[in-house]
Amino acid sequence: MNVQADNRRLVRRLVFSCVLMFGFGFALVPLYDVFCEVTGLNGKITNTGPVAVEGPDLSRQVRVRLLAVHNEGMPWEFGPVDGLIETHPGEMKQTAFHATNPTGRRMVAQAIPSVAPAEAAEYLHKVNCFCFEQQTLLAGESVQMPLLFVIDKKLPEHIRSLTLSYTLFDISPEVSVAESSEKEQSL
Amino acid sequence: MNTLDTTLHAGEHGHHGPAKGIGRWLFTTNHKDIGTLYLWFSLLMFFTGGCMALMIRAELFQPGLQLVEPGFFNQMTTMHGLIMVFGAVMPAFVGLANWMVPMMIGAPDMALPRMNNWSFWILPFAFAMMISTLFMDGGAPNFGWTFYAPLSTTYAPPSVTYFIFAIHMMGISSIMGAINIIATILNLRVPGMTMMKLPLFCWTWLITAFLLIAVMPVLAGVVTMMLMDIHFGTSFFNAAGGGDPVLFQHVFWFFGHPEVYIMILPAFGIISQIIPTFARKRLFGYASMVYATASIAILSFLVWAHHMFTVGIPLAGELFFMFATMLIAVPTGVKVFNWVATMFRGSMTFETPMLFALAFVVLFTIGGFSGLMLAIAPVDFQYHDTYFVVAHFHYVLVPGAVFAIMAGAYYWLPKWTGHMLDERMGKLHFWLSFIGVNITFFPMHFIGLAGMPRRIPDYALQFADFNMVASIGAFIFGLSQLVFLWNVIACVRGGEKAAARSWEGAEGLEWEVPSPAPYHTFATPPKLPESQR
Ligand code: HEM
Ligand SMILES: [Cu+2]
Repeated sequence: MNVQADNRRLVRRLVFSCVLMFGFGFALVPLYDVFCEVTGLNGKITNTGPVAVEGPDLSRQVRVRLLAVHNEGMPWEFGPVDGLIETHPGEMKQTAFHATNPTGRRMVAQAIPSVAPAEAAEYLHKVNCFCFEQQTLLAGESVQMPLLFVIDKKLPEHIRSLTLSYTLFDISPEVSVAESSEKEQSL
Repeated sequence: MNTLDTTLHAGEHGHHGPAKGIGRWLFTTNHKDIGTLYLWFSLLMFFTGGCMALMIRAELFQPGLQLVEPGFFNQMTTMHGLIMVFGAVMPAFVGLANWMVPMMIGAPDMALPRMNNWSFWILPFAFAMMISTLFMDGGAPNFGWTFYAPLSTTYAPPSVTYFIFAIHMMGISSIMGAINIIATILNLRVPGMTMMKLPLFCWTWLITAFLLIAVMPVLAGVVTMMLMDIHFGTSFFNAAGGGDPVLFQHVFWFFGHPEVYIMILPAFGIISQIIPTFARKRLFGYASMVYATASIAILSFLVWAHHMFTVGIPLAGELFFMFATMLIAVPTGVKVFNWVATMFRGSMTFETPMLFALAFVVLFTIGGFSGLMLAIAPVDFQYHDTYFVVAHFHYVLVPGAVFAIMAGAYYWLPKWTGHMLDERMGKLHFWLSFIGVNITFFPMHFIGLAGMPRRIPDYALQFADFNMVASIGAFIFGLSQLVFLWNVIACVRGGEKAAARSWEGAEGLEWEVPSPAPYHTFATPPKLPESQR
């Protein structure tokens, strides 16, 4: 019986468990995303890119409401061209959001989408969306930003309307930091 | 490590006492010294956090803004919570474990005495760093003890970095303490003391230590993510960069809910030692106590989202977390039943430790019931972030955890100091605390149900009366803790001599050694007393 050896082995195991749990904390980040993706929770849209259109299901109507939200301190004018769109499952719809940068400086923005009810998120297929990339506007500049989407025919019967909302974030500070550090590296 | 090698050095050890001067405390590896350090540190933090609470209650005495700036008010609620959780309650339990666990299991010291010294001495530095943020530009952390992102990242004061490092240090200290306690209990028990003969305080601490090992690293992880978001441009919790603030809450509460059990399981252990002593009966249902504690610990990993019912989790999630939470009430109920059954037909006396233990059983149960109300997902939408939640967790933490610590302190003070307590002063402290705590926290149930939000410096007029009552109660409770301080100091300095078995019905190895306990106890393994064989 050697208590000291026992202690040492035990301490090694316990420290190892701590390291493992520290890693587990970080593993929760991708796990959380995977979980949201699998269950379609959180209103995150995962179906993107080109899609084969097989013709709309004219027997059903779905109302899509478009919302624009400014994150705190975001000065842009930003809103949907059509606030409400009537569509059929399987039908490709094109619409747009407009944005104006009223300030006197160049700014970069990122739009983050969200769908309610969350259950509907996996049936909203975005073929093309301005939220796929960052938007840069010079002082006073305006754009129309396109949005092309299809609602899957498998959309559950009880969902007759859904809301697609975009929150616009000002990411100019982050981008300028990244750009300047890139410049430094290339020098 | 002389302390491990019990037989060889037993002879020499009997006589050499503590070193002299400040060096004794700085370099000590003696479990009793370190226990004492932890307990005094905890008491200091208890008074510091208490002053902050009184500032909060003074501001809330009347509607309107009278005494402090709203920004400072937020710093007070934040620092009060952090100091009480990490500075007062947790170190007090570690201090009690340091003093009592080796003596209860017949070990000469903790298994890793030098690490023990480290795990204490990190703490004063961590708290000095955290409290210093109060004097920095932009003020102390003001985002609540739960430090939700993005309040604690994007909108945080610059001092948040110090806060993060302070949390890291406290976490390391707790983990080292936990490792030490596990090693001590698993490896240093006196021959013949099987696991199912372990005193319950040791059992509950063993399980708590495993909880600490499991969740403190997750807390370290979440503050590290914050640090990276703030300084290294990552976007764990920043939606613009593809992160998610709700993720913060999931990771935080994955730590946070087990953390609340870290603050109550050792209290269960203390109460399970005290009630049998003063009821002069064996603890009813020892084995069920052990299993109940273990099930509470395991279940505590499956209920975290009951703090997040309103963030928009799906129906299935709400139902799962609601029922899982209610399930915890079952093992908790088993414990309360066992304490009551222990007292049933016992020959009870009501010395100060017993009074605190009884108040614990009653008032903790009230807190458990309000917890059950909060666990009902559909109604939590009304209660969430109101004073009802404040009432709930103060009932489980103040007359729960804090009363248990005080009960433990009064119970073991004769063993530590060799003097009996002045019972009159003890009872005075008890009754002032008991009345004060209820006047403070009971009205909070009502103002919470009526809709008063938590963490605000001003409120609507209809809440005025109950707030005034709560503030008066808070001052009664706060000031009566000076009686506690008085009692402890008086007990250290003198009083009736305590016998080895200081309480008539006390059982266990710690009562076999003289009072005060000599600097080194059980240098040779003792024989288990009749009652524990
Ligand atoms: C029967 C047992 C318990 C149940 C069912 C329960 C349930 C709950 C629920 C549902 C909440 C969230 C309320 C909300 O934010 O809307 C909550 C909050 C809380 N509980 Fe409990 N609880 C129990 C025991 C305990 C114990 C033993 C402790 C600690 C010793 C504790 C400490 C807390 C704390 C600190 C909070 C608030 C955290 C915060 O938001 O600041 N609870 N409890
Ligand atoms: Cu909880």
